[in-house]
Amino acid sequence: MSNLIYNLFDEEVQPPRLYPDYKSTVLRAPTKPLVLLKQSLSELSGPVFGDFELGTLDHDLTRNSIVNGEPLGERIVVHGTVFNENGQPIPNTLIEIWQANSCGRYVHKVDQHDAPLDPNFLGAGRCMTDANGNYKFYTIKPGAYPWGNHYNAWRPNHIHFSLFGANITNRLVTQMYFPGDPLLQHDPIFLGVPPKGRDLLISKFDLDATEESFALGYRFDFVLRGNNATPFEKI
Amino acid sequence: MKQTPSQTVGPYFAYGLTPEQYLYSFKSLANNELVAIEDEQIIVKGRVFDGEGNVIPDAMLEIWDAKNNLFGRFGTGTEKDNSFVFKTQKPGSIDGQAPYLSVILFMRGQLIHSYTRIYFSDEDLNTTDTTLLQIEESRRSTLIAQKQEKFYEFNIYMQGDNETVFFEI
Repeated sequence: MSNLIYNLFDEEVQPPRLYPDYKSTVLRAPTKPLVLLKQSLSELSGPVFGDFELGTLDHDLTRNSIVNGEPLGERIVVHGTVFNENGQPIPNTLIEIWQANSCGRYVHKVDQHDAPLDPNFLGAGRCMTDANGNYKFYTIKPGAYPWGNHYNAWRPNHIHFSLFGANITNRLVTQMYFPGDPLLQHDPIFLGVPPKGRDLLISKFDLDATEESFALGYRFDFVLRGNNATPFEKI
Repeated sequence: MKQTPSQTVGPYFAYGLTPEQYLYSFKSLANNELVAIEDEQIIVKGRVFDGEGNVIPDAMLEIWDAKNNLFGRFGTGTEKDNSFVFKTQKPGSIDGQAPYLSVILFMRGQLIHSYTRIYFSDEDLNTTDTTLLQIEESRRSTLIAQKQEKFYEFNIYMQGDNETVFFEI
């Protein structure tokens, strides 16, 4: 482990810090060059979470907040694999999930969008990858919602994710989008990603993962930063 | 394989990532109390400022202490003055370097998170620390939490004359 060096963020696919079309980057993006840090124990380690910390329904957002009935909207099942850039699957890593409900409304107190809350849907969950790096969770397809960035600005349907990976260089917070969404080409948060990276944020409809008479399937793989280990090296 | 691009944490992360702090009925996996008070607890607090000097009320900080294997997470939306507060212990020195906490900073308006470090003003090792010495002297103080009577104060400036040093790791 001590000889491993993790790759830096790949500028070909990662968004810049300042992207003026996404207006709140203007006052919040660092302006001075980042200082390159030699990776040490701190960068090559990170928190580890265990299965036992998760609630039994954390992976099922259609059931984890039921009060008096089923949440409204289209049930979906999202699955995939977490890899690193070397193509190695990442087992036992935590994935945190949050999203709007089917009407495009977040439970968050700051969200004032005039669309109904769903008493049976919180929109938060989490799961872990298994020994092969695979994950799966159930939810309701989130709705689009308006935001104040510019006139008639609407966010495409999306699910927020937070991943930890092997260490703090692997930390990833991102959003997954849905295929064919016409709002993508108007969304400055999505368009902040360089063209080469954009398709990597769009899930694929997956008929094989679709559950008969229950939920539509989508596949979304994550790729965390890799390292200089050769494919033959045992880690 | 190509890295999955980062996207902003957005303004509505609280019920997913810091639910108990924001009083949502969902269990938090991490909070801001990393050690109990009897474990030589220290308090680190501060605020995050944007390029116009406004306090940012919707940032989220994570701190990582590799020496003691401690992790914490806190959003700036619940304290009256929108500060973040961590109760932890002083990290020890690793390889003779000055002790520090690693910080990962997320917020609406950041398409990708930022990394910085919190050093401590009462540590002699600061004067010989190779990371601190790598940084131009005029900016070094942005990484050093100032010891006050009851806590260490560490403010983060995203921009401006006092812009905090952020790292590429």
